[in-house]
Amino acid sequence: MSDATTFRAPTEEAPIVRRILIGVVVVLLAVLVLAPLIVVFAEALSRGVGEAVKSLGSRDALAAIRLTLTVAAISVPLNAIFGVAAAWAITKFDFKGKAFLITLIDLPFSVSPVVAGLCLVLLLGTNSTLGGLLVANGYPIIFALPGIVLATVFVTFPFIARELIPVMIEQGKAEEEAALTLGASGWRVFRTVTLPNIRWALLYGVLLCNARAMGEFGAVAVVSGKIRGETATMPITIEMMYNEYLSVAAFSLAAVLALLALLTLALKTLLEWRHADALSATGGH
Amino acid sequence: MPGFGLSMGITLTMLSVIVILPIAMLVARGIAWGPAEVWNIVSSQRVLNALFLSFKLSFFAALFNLVFGVALAWVLARYAFPGRRFIDACVDLPFALPTAVAGIALTALYAPNGVFGSLFPFRIAYTQIGIFIALVFVGLPFVVRTVQPVIAEIEKEVEEASATLGATRLYTLRRVILPMLTPAALTGFALSLARSVGEYGSVIFIAGNIPNLTEIAPLLIVIRLEEFNYDAAAAIGIAMLLISFAMLLVINLIQMWSRRHV
Repeated sequence: MSDATTFRAPTEEAPIVRRILIGVVVVLLAVLVLAPLIVVFAEALSRGVGEAVKSLGSRDALAAIRLTLTVAAISVPLNAIFGVAAAWAITKFDFKGKAFLITLIDLPFSVSPVVAGLCLVLLLGTNSTLGGLLVANGYPIIFALPGIVLATVFVTFPFIARELIPVMIEQGKAEEEAALTLGASGWRVFRTVTLPNIRWALLYGVLLCNARAMGEFGAVAVVSGKIRGETATMPITIEMMYNEYLSVAAFSLAAVLALLALLTLALKTLLEWRHADALSATGGH
Repeated sequence: MPGFGLSMGITLTMLSVIVILPIAMLVARGIAWGPAEVWNIVSSQRVLNALFLSFKLSFFAALFNLVFGVALAWVLARYAFPGRRFIDACVDLPFALPTAVAGIALTALYAPNGVFGSLFPFRIAYTQIGIFIALVFVGLPFVVRTVQPVIAEIEKEVEEASATLGATRLYTLRRVILPMLTPAALTGFALSLARSVGEYGSVIFIAGNIPNLTEIAPLLIVIRLEEFNYDAAAAIGIAMLLISFAMLLVINLIQMWSRRHV
């Protein structure tokens, strides 16, 4: 970087251009991204900390928090199992149609969450053949916990696999092959060779997956039926409170999710900073 | 290497049950009902307006993000300034913040009595401008995150060569740097567009949801489902699925084209 004002390297922009660009970009980002974040906390605390905390203790809010934690506790491990299995199959073996399989795994990224929910309702709703059969036998899926979990797994489907695949391609399979020739079993190779190599990438994927799982709105809105205290997750409860003009309650619950988002970002940045070499080169999304 | 059967079994089973079967059900529903009936629903004025609105505003939001995103990526990759790391982390906020939270926050900001809304002589929330702002928010990280690594990989020698040959800085940026960034920028644009077209949570609060005016396509699906009109909901869903597939194809074509040209 040149510190003289009279001389400037021909591969750099003029200092004034730099300053203007930095200024414009920072101001726009503050208005577009930071302001919404700040307003969540400002609105939540608009009638004091006490009021905000009290609204979080309401029965609806507590039920929503419990449900969201339950949904994440089921969906994230399911996704982790899928992600590891898919990454293992795709990176350790050669088979026909691999590119097509990766495209299919990425598919949920390009499908609208509302359409994802709609597909599940058509497949498993009470008026469908399969759904009718399940309800008749006492296993309702739609407007119940299993439907919310399915919708959440659908929208977060590619998250963990996508983090693991590039990392495992880069690491190759020489280490695993060495362990195998030394007589280790398949499971042992996975536990003692592969898992330590991919643990940071796995954690990175789990973080992103969890943030999305707890915050998913569109797909869950369609399949949950929005039954207060039963199938209303945190985002759904935020919507219901907001529509009932319970502004402080809605924004307090939103602030809890915003704190989760901030924590996710902080951990994500820390991981990128400390373990950049163990994560995929292209970064997250 | 062991575990092919097990890992492939888990992969294909979960993929089929959770993703493929539900999507196939939507397509099958459309086929069973008949393309003519589906088209009948999709071609109604209200549905066409909603689809057009979603696509139009998503296009403009992605265009804004294309320009802003390339500038932001350039600043983050090339300039050193205090707070750069913080700004860099902020870019991912729209990915991390739940859409419903973003939705009510943007509405509070841009409502007529909100911090930003009260600054303008015209309404922003509950109009198409409000939807545009929400879509800019959700699509913001895509262009930045696709372009940033490409800028980081550009070798200084290329710019030096251009400069020694007498090119001005602006000429170098326009004729040397910009062509290198184009494929990544277009990919980011398409990703941002695809995300925006299907976006629901951050939009419905600020949209006002007036039929034919500020009603987006995903909301219309939700309305039809709440009326238990599954056929109409499925018809709109199929139209949106086709749009998604078309955009997925475009993204893949851009990437194939860029691999051949770079």
